[in-house]
Amino acid sequence: MRPLSFVEALREGTDQLLSSDSSVYLIGEGVPDPKFIFGTTSKLKDKHPTRVFDMPISENGLTGVAIGSALNGMKPIMVHQRMDFTLYAVDQIINNAAKWYSMFGGQKSVPLVIRMIIGRGWGQGNQHSQNLEALYAHVPGLKVVVPSSAYAAKGMLIAAVEDPNPVIFIEHRWLHNTTSDVPQEMYRVPIGKARVAREGKDLTLVTWSYMTLEVMKAVEYLEKQYISVEVLDMQTVRPMDLPAIKESVKKTGRLLVADDAWKFGSLAGEVIASICEDETINLKSHPRRVTYPDFPSPSTHGLTKYYYNGPREIVAAVGKVLGRELDLKEVSAYQEARVHDVPDQNFKGPF
Amino acid sequence: MNPDLKQLYSSMVRIRRTEEEIAKRYAQQEMRCPVHLSIGQEAAAVGVCAAMTKQDLMVSTHRAHAHYLAKGGRLTGLISELYGKADGCAKGQGGSMHLVDWSVGFAASTSIVGGTTPVGVGLAFASFLRQEKNITAVCVGDAAVEEGVFHESANFASLHKLPVLFVSENNQYSCYTHLKDRQPNRPLTDLAKGHGMRFLTLDGNDVLSIASEVQGIAESLRRGEGPVFLELQTYRHLEHCGPNNDDSLAYRPAQELKDWRDRDPLTIGRRLLEKKNLWSDAFEKQLEAEVAQEVAAAFDHALKAPFPERQELGAYIYATP
Repeated sequence: MRPLSFVEALREGTDQLLSSDSSVYLIGEGVPDPKFIFGTTSKLKDKHPTRVFDMPISENGLTGVAIGSALNGMKPIMVHQRMDFTLYAVDQIINNAAKWYSMFGGQKSVPLVIRMIIGRGWGQGNQHSQNLEALYAHVPGLKVVVPSSAYAAKGMLIAAVEDPNPVIFIEHRWLHNTTSDVPQEMYRVPIGKARVAREGKDLTLVTWSYMTLEVMKAVEYLEKQYISVEVLDMQTVRPMDLPAIKESVKKTGRLLVADDAWKFGSLAGEVIASICEDETINLKSHPRRVTYPDFPSPSTHGLTKYYYNGPREIVAAVGKVLGRELDLKEVSAYQEARVHDVPDQNFKGPF
Repeated sequence: MNPDLKQLYSSMVRIRRTEEEIAKRYAQQEMRCPVHLSIGQEAAAVGVCAAMTKQDLMVSTHRAHAHYLAKGGRLTGLISELYGKADGCAKGQGGSMHLVDWSVGFAASTSIVGGTTPVGVGLAFASFLRQEKNITAVCVGDAAVEEGVFHESANFASLHKLPVLFVSENNQYSCYTHLKDRQPNRPLTDLAKGHGMRFLTLDGNDVLSIASEVQGIAESLRRGEGPVFLELQTYRHLEHCGPNNDDSLAYRPAQELKDWRDRDPLTIGRRLLEKKNLWSDAFEKQLEAEVAQEVAAAFDHALKAPFPERQELGAYIYATP
């Protein structure tokens, strides 16, 4: 194990997949260009010249091409620099990739991985910052993974490519420069399994993807007030590891979901509904959600500071679920001190 | 090698009699799914498939019965699928618009216009990456070229010189809407030209000329000379969807209907056989008897076959590794 960034971990995992399996190929707009999809595909074309491709600006058509090649023995990894552009490909993803195994009675499945990057900050605006996880997670036949660390990114990419089903691999742009210990060898982080990021007894806090980082920051301020939170990093949102959530909520009796997506029709709502429907669970208080407001993110940093949630909003929501007034001074000071529209001080744009 | 006209004709008769039987029995309401019959368009399917091997692949559309049968798909698999039975080619999960038989290279038909077009190009892309010599036929109508995805697929196939034969059966109508209300007045093949593809227009009802031309095209595809767009001008005799003719709706001129029915692919095939002294009453009698028996047996089989078990419901969400 050695520390690697999320970007380096993805690149290493992709390289190892291309080296170990001649049916794997990588395709996407800009994969071999000088920016290399934020560095995640750096020099892979040099090393694997016959299986690394740039592609025409044809998201739907090329998704269909990837599906056809997958039906004929290949294992494509397709990548989109912004999730918003995958809406062009929704026909092929939902009508074909998700349906193939079902509509022909289980004869062929589509082993396809589609990487989709969610943007945030630096003025990304209405069409470069959408988190469409709930749209894809709604569709039977798709798997949707949402890794929150470099370790999970590499392990889940390998698990996704080896999975016989279409996997939507959602990566948050603000995770790209985060670092964690990553094994050099190939390993798998299982799809469909939540990770207990912190054990606790007062409240279950369910989250995933980038929001896991904000939740863990909030936990620091909660622990100072002697509040013990159990954090579940879901890692996969379809299939959702509901047994893990139920087990935790049975212990704590309280539930908060922090989901970086719009509230209406959100996966946060799905988690809460699934818990409320379970007659074996007795909640001690009303569950709550921390989500985006129900409108698109504006571009101006003069307004985005009110749009996104951070540790302050999470601590405040924990207080509401616990029915206690919590001290927000310290966490507010922390949040106000950071530059809100960049992931870290090294980020200089442009996207 | 010259295509065997008798075989081509026999294959068209088999498809015609099958679909006539579907039309005849449809009112019994036991085939409970939409059916888009190919009656009048059999020459395209048979002519194209005659130049293909079982290793060659094909994808098709909502109007797929003829393609499936011409490619070699099992007749009982088709009929059982229409009846929703467990031994249908898609185990009853698909219906008329979702046919499949990988054992003969019939990879899929699906119901969204243009939906299989990129998938077919992708099948060929995999063959290309592995440097295999098989080809893929992508069957479309005249409307799929109006979908953006057709152009995305054509562009990519042409860019990488993929072994794809785009077969556009131009029957002039998308449901009830004529081509002139959907596209400007220019040949469909201009679209192929725009994508840097080779192209050809043929009489879609002349099975022999289709089979002969496609043989040469298939060889060029195997040599890696890049995709070809083949327009086959033809006509559907019955309604867009369903077992009846819809002449009473008068969206197609009576004279146009009559002209095309006079140019029925079976009539053209028979005249050619006669001209080549290959026709005889005995040939016709034997062929019709054999086909009738096979078709009747397939329907008998499907009617007796069981429906899928209850546990098949929702059994195909995810494949297991």
